[in-house]
Amino acid sequence: MSNLLDIDNLTVTFPTNNGPIDVVKGISLSLGRERLGIVGESGSGKSMTGRAILKLIRSPGRVKADRLSFDGIDLLTRRERDMRAIRGARISMVMQDPKFSLNPVMSVGDQIAEAIKTHQRLSPSQVRAKTLAMLKSVRIEDPERVLGLYPHEVSGGMGQRIMIAMMLVPEPDLLIADEPTSALDVSVQAQVLDIIDNLVTSKGMGLILISHDLNLVASYCDRILVMRAGEIVEECAANKLHAAQHPYTKGLLASMPRIDEDREWLPVFERTSGSQT
Amino acid sequence: MSGIHIKNLNVSYGNTTVTHDVSLDVSVGESLALVGESGSGKSTVLKAIAGLATNWTGDIEVDGIARGRSIDPEIATKCQMVFQDPYGSLHPRKTIDATLSEPLQIHGIKDQSARVIEQLENVQLDERYRFRFPHQLSGGQRQRVAIARALMLGPRFLLLDEPTSALDVSVQAEILNLLKRIRKEQNLTYLVVTHNLAVVSFLCDRLAVMRSGKIVETADVSQLKSNQLAHAYSKELLQASRLHSGSNEKTPHNDHAQ
Amino acid sequence: MIISKQWLLDDAPKSRTQAQLGRLYVVCLQLAHNPLAVIGAIIIGGLIITALFAPWIATHSPIAQDLSNRLLPPSSTHWMGTDELGRDIWSRVVFGSQITLTIVMLVAVIAAPLGLVVGAIAGYFGGWADRVLMSITDIFLSMPKLILALAFVAALGPGIENAIIAIAITSWPAYARIARAETLTIRNAEFVQAVKLQGASSTRIIARHILPLCTSSMIVRVTLDMAGIILTAAGLGFIGLGAQPPLPEWGAMISRGRVFILDQWWVATMPGFAIILVSLGFCFLGDGLRDVLDPKHGSE
Repeated sequence: MSNLLDIDNLTVTFPTNNGPIDVVKGISLSLGRERLGIVGESGSGKSMTGRAILKLIRSPGRVKADRLSFDGIDLLTRRERDMRAIRGARISMVMQDPKFSLNPVMSVGDQIAEAIKTHQRLSPSQVRAKTLAMLKSVRIEDPERVLGLYPHEVSGGMGQRIMIAMMLVPEPDLLIADEPTSALDVSVQAQVLDIIDNLVTSKGMGLILISHDLNLVASYCDRILVMRAGEIVEECAANKLHAAQHPYTKGLLASMPRIDEDREWLPVFERTSGSQT
Repeated sequence: MSGIHIKNLNVSYGNTTVTHDVSLDVSVGESLALVGESGSGKSTVLKAIAGLATNWTGDIEVDGIARGRSIDPEIATKCQMVFQDPYGSLHPRKTIDATLSEPLQIHGIKDQSARVIEQLENVQLDERYRFRFPHQLSGGQRQRVAIARALMLGPRFLLLDEPTSALDVSVQAEILNLLKRIRKEQNLTYLVVTHNLAVVSFLCDRLAVMRSGKIVETADVSQLKSNQLAHAYSKELLQASRLHSGSNEKTPHNDHAQ
Repeated sequence: MIISKQWLLDDAPKSRTQAQLGRLYVVCLQLAHNPLAVIGAIIIGGLIITALFAPWIATHSPIAQDLSNRLLPPSSTHWMGTDELGRDIWSRVVFGSQITLTIVMLVAVIAAPLGLVVGAIAGYFGGWADRVLMSITDIFLSMPKLILALAFVAALGPGIENAIIAIAITSWPAYARIARAETLTIRNAEFVQAVKLQGASSTRIIARHILPLCTSSMIVRVTLDMAGIILTAAGLGFIGLGAQPPLPEWGAMISRGRVFILDQWWVATMPGFAIILVSLGFCFLGDGLRDVLDPKHGSE
């Protein structure tokens, strides 16, 4: 079985006053039609990895890799124009905050219709039917009403569901979700993730779920990569997370408070004096 | 009467009332959590106590002083607040030293330099950070500065608005430890607003669950730990939160992996 | 304490002064990386030096008339030629820089702080204070700058002091608007709420916490506006309501040279060049400052 995504030795570099800094340091990964979780703290390079796949790293950032291929297409040599066709149509991305991803002056229905029209030639009534179907697929109960709403009139959870609906319009092969639920309330988070999970599973898509939340990723993915300072420190099956070997992963797991907490103090990482937080 | 006492508090923004007849008692030395989802009005209650929300009816009493609608310098020395966002709560053009000295200058307290150094030590921040600007610090360091600033006037009560939700997990652990230690050492009273029940479990003695501007349940933390919350909404919240907590092993769907 | 590069860029400054100087140094460093800003700074530096050392830089007296040598073209004795009264244009342009610099400085010193304070008060308090102050601002803003300045000068009488007052009165409303907009975005910031909670008075919050944050965008705006101020001053001089003869004000000089523009082009052109050069200098510098100081794409 050929892989959906193959990355070899991916490096993302940003120049600074003190010389260039590698925010992603030569990572390699491959992905089939499965759910991969990338976890890490801020500055670990997890989001940059997601963006690099879509070649969304803006100048002056630079992306280098020995291999970056998606379903047999070499993304490295693609020009911006070809990339635009791949983005959205074959690889979609859901960002953290729906408020910034939706166009504030267009109604929800129009935005989804727009997404449908760029990928398919349909009559207006077909577009409308499909828009409603998309909204229903993300479990919006009254799609007729939501169609006419503007982004500021919908709640965060609803906004994120609309984003997901839009992203799934072209039926991509790979969905990259970068902290899709961190701006949402806990009770809504589970709903949104369940929706993503269902769609991904039923359509046989690949999913890369990027998050800082180890347990959340463990519940929704098959495989987990733990990143720290631009490197992958641990790779394990999601259900083996609690048997993680690397001290960093262990430390992360231990430093989270639990609901049935009985520890007096939480364990923290030893820090060198230069990186005290 | 010492402690924080709220009776029939209705806070409104414009014409919308955000909280409905909230009554709450925080006794001295205890740590009470105000739990709920966004829009439940939990932060609004905190703001009303602090004096940042001024349009309210009811009674608020802090350490025996009835709170008026405006900022009261006497209450300021007794009750301080730590904000959620460590990036927004520090003045970007002022050094840490200037930020920490400010409350002392306002209240005409001498010996500023010594007190700033003492407080930096208290929050375990090295003295070489004293003259840095906020953008030269990490999120965790900024939150330490924010805590130090709240403690400058030696308050008895600390209002904490989501103190760790903007931080990384490993940093959150450090800040939670710090808050717990300071409370122990200085016998402080905490009122913590959070959506994270695990934080409640670690840091608090009691919790009040809020929904749509009302308190639906007040419970002891032991009830939270043993899954014995009474109200249906509290149970729902607890269930949703378990997803994020290692204490519950939700079985990963492995059927999808090939 | 020796001021060295290392001391300025120290990661862990030992005092507040060192921290502030270090910040200033970083700003200058960034400015130095912007070629346009450097050109602008050199031009403005040149203007200041010329104004300070005018008596030594000028080759002749700016007001001494020599009717036998009137309207001479540029030559080695008269670098920019002479005007209709035989005065050396180079010397007049050099001394004119003093007048220009005075106008620019005084307008900045009067208009910027006034606008800053009015805008910050309106933005911070909101409500009726905002409505009253902003209505006044809007009234001033609704009238064309030059016309308003004209009306003031006409009422106060021509002269350089009145021109300065008139220009200052017409410039502050724009600054008030900026300061108000800036204040609105920061007045609900958590760091402002934090000082409020510590019991700080409104005066203290505005003066020590809000105004310092408005100043950088204000400096940028004032620098960019300098060109306009110089042009307005020159415009007033041109129509005879600014500096009075024999003061070598650039606008007034152009006005007089207008008569000879076809045959003796240098009389009007030379002061014109000076105006363009200085305006350009301020624009370049302002652009560079904006890149460095503007919080939206600054160094934060």
